[in-house]
Amino acid sequence: MPAKRRVAQLLMLALAVVVVMGAYANVGLAMDEKIPSGMLTYGLSLGGLMLAAYLVLAKFAPWADPLILPLVTLVNGLGLVMIYRLSESDSPLPSAKLASPNTQLLWTLIGIVLFSATLIFLRDQRALQRLTYTAGAAGLFLLVSPLIPGLGQEINGARIWIGIPGVGQIQPAEFAKLALVIFFAGYLVAKRDVLALAGRRLLFIDLPRARDLGPVLITWGVSLGVLVMQKDLGSSLLLFGTFIAMLYIATQRISWVIIGILLFVGGAVLAGLVFDHVQQRFEVFLNPGDPELFVKIGGSEQLMQGLFAMGSGGILGTGLGQGHPELIPLAFSDFIFAATGEEIGLTGLMALLMVYALIVERGLRTSIAARDPFTKLLAGGLSFLLAWQVFIIVGGVTNLIPLTGLVTPFMSQGGSALLANWILIALLVRMSDAARRPPPQAIQDEGLTQVFQR
Amino acid sequence: MSELTLLLIRLAFLAVLWFFVIAAVGVIRTDLFGSRTAPAGPRKGSKPAKPVAKPKPKKGEPRQLVVTGGPLQGTTINLTETPITIGRANDATLVVSDDYASSRHARLFPQDGQWIVEDLGSTNGTYLDRSKVTRPTPVPLGVPIRVGKTVIELRK
Repeated sequence: MPAKRRVAQLLMLALAVVVVMGAYANVGLAMDEKIPSGMLTYGLSLGGLMLAAYLVLAKFAPWADPLILPLVTLVNGLGLVMIYRLSESDSPLPSAKLASPNTQLLWTLIGIVLFSATLIFLRDQRALQRLTYTAGAAGLFLLVSPLIPGLGQEINGARIWIGIPGVGQIQPAEFAKLALVIFFAGYLVAKRDVLALAGRRLLFIDLPRARDLGPVLITWGVSLGVLVMQKDLGSSLLLFGTFIAMLYIATQRISWVIIGILLFVGGAVLAGLVFDHVQQRFEVFLNPGDPELFVKIGGSEQLMQGLFAMGSGGILGTGLGQGHPELIPLAFSDFIFAATGEEIGLTGLMALLMVYALIVERGLRTSIAARDPFTKLLAGGLSFLLAWQVFIIVGGVTNLIPLTGLVTPFMSQGGSALLANWILIALLVRMSDAARRPPPQAIQDEGLTQVFQR
Repeated sequence: MSELTLLLIRLAFLAVLWFFVIAAVGVIRTDLFGSRTAPAGPRKGSKPAKPVAKPKPKKGEPRQLVVTGGPLQGTTINLTETPITIGRANDATLVVSDDYASSRHARLFPQDGQWIVEDLGSTNGTYLDRSKVTRPTPVPLGVPIRVGKTVIELRK
C-alpha cells in the first residue's frame, strides 16, 4: 500500500526551488558579477506559488504522487530562468525583445490557480467520462475557432490564435488537446471491444472492419485539416499521434499503429507535394546547412543557430549566462531547448530530459495503478501527449525530424501552453490520488458485499 | 568574477541538477520497495521512530501467526501492519505446498486492531474453526484456520 510521502514531496519541492534559485544566481554572477536583485523576488514567488499548490494538493488530493509537482516545478522554474537570462542580454534580433520573464511568472501564477481550481472542483476524474462527447465537440470547436473570421488572428504565418478583447491572444489548440484526449478516452472505453475483436486476419496483422476505420479516418482528416488550414504542423502531428497511441493502449492491436503511421506518412507526403510551407520544412530538414536556405526568409537560419548553440555548448555547456543563446531567433519560445542546451550542455539537457521522462513515468504508473479503464486510458493518453510533445519539439530542434512549431512543455514562453499543461498536471495528480488511495475496506456483516482489489 | 569560479559554479549547478534527478529516482525506489526494506534495516534516523510508536499492543491483540498443523507445522510469522496471504503462489507470505490449497487461497489483514480472514475464491475453501469462510470474518485468538492441510492460528 503506497504511503502519502508528504515529507518527501515537500523536500523535493524545496530542492527544486533551490536549484532554480541557484540558476538565477548563476546567471547574475556570470552576466553582472553580482547576485541579481530579482533572485529573491523570483525565487520566493516561485517558492510561494509552489507551496500554495502543494497545500491545495495535500488538502484535496492527499494520496497523489509525490513527485509530479516537484518535477514540474523544476522544469517551469528553469524555463523562467532561461527567459530571464535571454531578456537580460542584448540581442541583434528584433524578436528578442519579446522575452519577458515577468509575463511568464504571471502566467505561472495563473497556471497554479487553474491547477488548484481543477483539483478543488474535479473531485472524481470519472465525472469527465460523462462529458465524452461534450469534450469532443468543445475540442473540435477550439481547434477550428482560429479560422472563424473576426475571432481568429494570424501571427507569424500560423493562424492558431484567437483574440480576446482586453486580455490578448490565446492559442485554443493547446486546450483543445486536453478536451480531445478526454474525448478519445471516453470514446475508446465504450468502443474498444469492437475495435479490438472485430475484423479478420490478413498475413501477419489483424485488419479491422472497414466501418471501424471511421473514427481513425475522421481524426486523420481533422489533423490534416489543421495542417492545411492553420499551417500548424506541430498540433497536427501531436493530435494524430496521441490518438493512435491511445487506440493502441485501448486495443493492444499493432495493426492500428501500422494503419495510423501509413495514413500519416501518406498525408504528410501529399501535403508536402501540394503545400508550400510543408515543403519548405522538408527542404530545411533534409539540407539545413545549405547557404542558400540559411539566408532565405523562413529558411534554416533558426535551426542552424540552434544547432550551433548546442554545438558550442558541448558536453558541459558554456555555463548559465555565459553563452550566446540570444542569437537564436525565438530562443525564448520554440528554441528554448537549444538555448538551454548551449548553457548547460549535454549533461544538463540529459538531466532535463530525465525530468521529463520521470514526469511521464509517473503518469504511466498512474495509468497502470488506476482501477477503471477510463482513468487508465486518460492517464496513459495524457502522459503520452506530454512525452510526444517533448519528442516532437526536441526532435525538431535537433533536426532528428522536420521542425514543427510546438512549445517545450512548461519551459517555453507562452501563456496558453503553460495553462493547458498545468491543467494536464492537475488531471494527472487527481488520477494518481484516486489510483494510490487505499481501496475501501471490506464491509463486515453486510451480506455478500465483497470488495475486490486488483 | 574569475573564470575558475564560474567553472566551479557551472559544474556545481550540473551536479545539483543531477542530484535532483537522482533524489527523484530515490523517492520512486522507496515508493516501490520502501515497505519491504523498512523493517529490515533500522539504520536511518527516522525509521526507529515508527517501531517505537507502534508497539502499544492492547490486550488481546495477536502478535504472531503460528502454523499448528500440516507440513509447515511450527512455523511462526510475526504480525505487522501488512496483510498476509496464504497460498501455493511464490509471492504468498505463507507458501504452502499442498494439493488442496489454491495458489492464492486466503488473506489475513488487520483492521481496527482486529485481524480479518478473507477467502480469495479458493477451490476447497477456508475454514475458521468449523465454519466455511464466505465473507471477511474477524479471527479471534487461538481459533484454528484451516487452509487445505495446513492449520494456522493467531497467538499473542
